[in-house]
Amino acid sequence: MSNTYEIIISGFGGQGVLSLGQILAYAAMIEGKEVSWMPSYGPEMRGGTANCIVIISENRISSPIVTTFDSGIILNQPSMDKFFGKIKPGGLLLYEQSTIIKPPAAGTIDILSIAGMKEAQALGSKQVANVVMLGAFLERKPVVSPESVMKALQKVLPEHRRHLLPVNEKALIRGKELVAHAVPAV
Amino acid sequence: MKANSEISLMKGNEALAEAALRAGMQAYFGYPITPQSEILEYLAVHGTKRGAVILQAESELAAINMVYGAAGAGARVMISSSSPGISLMQEGISYMASAEIPFLIVNVQRGGPGLGTIQPSQGDYFQATKGGGHGDYRLIVLAPASVQEMADFVFDGFRLAEKYRVGTMILADGALGQMMEKVVQPPMGSLPLAEKPWATAGKPPSRERNILTSLFIQPEKMEEVNLKLQRKYREIQSEVRYEAIQVEDADIILVAFGLAARISQKALELARHKGIRVGLVRPITLYPFPSAILSQIALSAEAFLVVEMNAGQMLEDVELAVRGEKPVHFKGRMGGMLPSPEEVLREIESIAAVHAANSELIS
Repeated sequence: MSNTYEIIISGFGGQGVLSLGQILAYAAMIEGKEVSWMPSYGPEMRGGTANCIVIISENRISSPIVTTFDSGIILNQPSMDKFFGKIKPGGLLLYEQSTIIKPPAAGTIDILSIAGMKEAQALGSKQVANVVMLGAFLERKPVVSPESVMKALQKVLPEHRRHLLPVNEKALIRGKELVAHAVPAV
Repeated sequence: MKANSEISLMKGNEALAEAALRAGMQAYFGYPITPQSEILEYLAVHGTKRGAVILQAESELAAINMVYGAAGAGARVMISSSSPGISLMQEGISYMASAEIPFLIVNVQRGGPGLGTIQPSQGDYFQATKGGGHGDYRLIVLAPASVQEMADFVFDGFRLAEKYRVGTMILADGALGQMMEKVVQPPMGSLPLAEKPWATAGKPPSRERNILTSLFIQPEKMEEVNLKLQRKYREIQSEVRYEAIQVEDADIILVAFGLAARISQKALELARHKGIRVGLVRPITLYPFPSAILSQIALSAEAFLVVEMNAGQMLEDVELAVRGEKPVHFKGRMGGMLPSPEEVLREIESIAAVHAANSELIS
């Protein structure tokens, strides 16, 4: 089971949390790993949180639905409230700075605050905030390579969005830089 | 999605729809309902241009009777819906069972009863395996537990339906329909269309006319039809399929199908990690039900734990197979809620504790 990595990605509908998960799953598949992507598709999506569970493994994945996670990528306060306590000890919780009103207290998990929205706006496209978050996540937890992510983006982005590949690549790199140069949170 | 056999990442619903086209499905009739609408949507985009008739009917009732007509004319036909929609189709399913029409029906279950919720459920086990519609009939019921099986079972579904001239149901759930996993699609043309000499596809002068009906007003004739159906269902028992995981040394046997089996497998891993010897039997065909393997395991195992996303429906079939030889416990969640692997683990631990105490008393 130690070869298995379980991630929750959660935020408002429209922030790209489901596609963030899809890109991650696709990249892992390109690397020949076992993957599952389980979205929430319930009434909670209308106005509340949308989330997906991504599991990446060297082995056959048993349950695609789990209740505790190795990492969380959190993009709004309701998701923080819901999943903060669900990160395994020693796990990573990465959140988007501007959307979190009550930042979590440091404890037994690694917590990183990333200015995903601000950086995305600086790159000229609010829509790539999720990819900034992904870049930041991968810098700390390299479960897939950035090359695989770029290949995945080419697959996941529909034809009429392919012109957005360069800005997505910039967002991915920017996210990685933010974490590489970050001072660890106390 | 390109039509080649490379690995792709697909939703269960989409993988099933793509598989249907590769399996040579000639017609699909449906009516949208969450959480299976992607099947209709995918086929609407890809099906027509690949030569299939794809039709959104005005209602579930119309759709199932379109299946009756098209399959009666010899076409390879699929229909899909989710729980409340499947209830509306029961009359047509019973008629087709009587008229011996082969067809494939997909139920991507949601929580009920009633209009219920759109969240995943296994609440339609009884309906799928014990009839659903009226009269003494059965469907072959296949229970996928992965996106790969959502695709593969379409092929099995058509093959079995045509072999026995029965309806085959793929009994999935909302989670399997919505989740994405790796899938390798079977190649096109791997399921050739066989002659259907019984079909009402136009009468050549060389034979008598074919009649497909479910109306046999003389009881003697109706019983004859029933006896024939029962012979067929006995023959179908040979198609039983299941997966057995780590059962050889197991004290506690989990029995679960579909998504519940995936959750149970995780619980098995957690329990084994704690030194509790747990095995899992996953019925793949729910009808025919794998009773023999459970009867056999009942001789060596200490206890059974049935895990379902319902109030305990397959539980009754497990109890019938175990015949009181060993205790059969149950863990279920209903109405669109899922049992978590940890919940199942706690159940395993309490069963293990009771049995440890009992065996100490005996020794």
